[in-house]
Amino acid sequence: MSLSSARSITQSVGTPRAVYLDYPLGQTAGRAGDIVEQNAILEETCKAFEELMSPGKVIDLPMRWAEDDAWKDRVLRPYVPLDGPEQAAESLSGDQRTPREATPQYQSGQDEVVADPNCERCIFLSESA
Amino acid sequence: MPAAPPVDYIERTKTLYSSLGHPPYQWVANSDTPPWSPLTKALSECKLGVVASGGIYQLGQIAFHHKDDISYRKIPTSAPIDELRITHFAYDLTAARQDPNAVLPLRALNHLVAKQRIECLATNALTFMGGIYSSRKVKDVLAPAIVAELKEEEVDLAILIPV
Repeated sequence: MSLSSARSITQSVGTPRAVYLDYPLGQTAGRAGDIVEQNAILEETCKAFEELMSPGKVIDLPMRWAEDDAWKDRVLRPYVPLDGPEQAAESLSGDQRTPREATPQYQSGQDEVVADPNCERCIFLSESA
Repeated sequence: MPAAPPVDYIERTKTLYSSLGHPPYQWVANSDTPPWSPLTKALSECKLGVVASGGIYQLGQIAFHHKDDISYRKIPTSAPIDELRITHFAYDLTAARQDPNAVLPLRALNHLVAKQRIECLATNALTFMGGIYSSRKVKDVLAPAIVAELKEEEVDLAILIPV
């Protein structure tokens, strides 16, 4: 079962089972801090396991990010500079990717200090199958 | 107000990358019918495997790098949430760093066990950094390793949480 907030990508890949949450990317399991919603999404996922009977289908979850869907207009749009308070709204648009560094990118410097170089549950694979 | 249609990320990235002068990204498009294994027992008797691609690692583990990192981490499904860390180059990490359950819902998954909706969780969640531009490496190297882990854990079901 795939949870997804990118319906077109999930359908293009093709998954045996999927549920779709129509939210901005980065909160596929429910919005941060909302345990009631996160529990509801996992319950809906359990129901989907029980209800889906053939491959490739996607069940749309009923949750909605906001009453207004304006956030969808700004996702991955070519960047257009704005002035004043509208600048903040631009945070969802344009190319937001950071450079693809080839060294471990820790959330904080402290994480790097305490990282175990022999970490047994860090699995590194050979590039060729 | 009626809901607007889902954001078509494939179309949006095509348009955006083209405007930035990048070549078009080749999204995976499988035309075959996806594989299917029927559910043969009650959910309450099932062991659930957990796979997440949001770049989650546990405090004490080595973080992911961002250039086609095909390594993965095993994170105990009993891990304290405050030991979860997030690293990824391609999505807004603010919410996930505030509450890692947004991308690896360990709290809600354990709740499913507590209310006996499922029998148990796999010992370890399997996590990786999903911004891997080589679908070949994912298909030929990473995915088979993840599948082998799920088989070793003898899960009945698996849930994938991509970002």
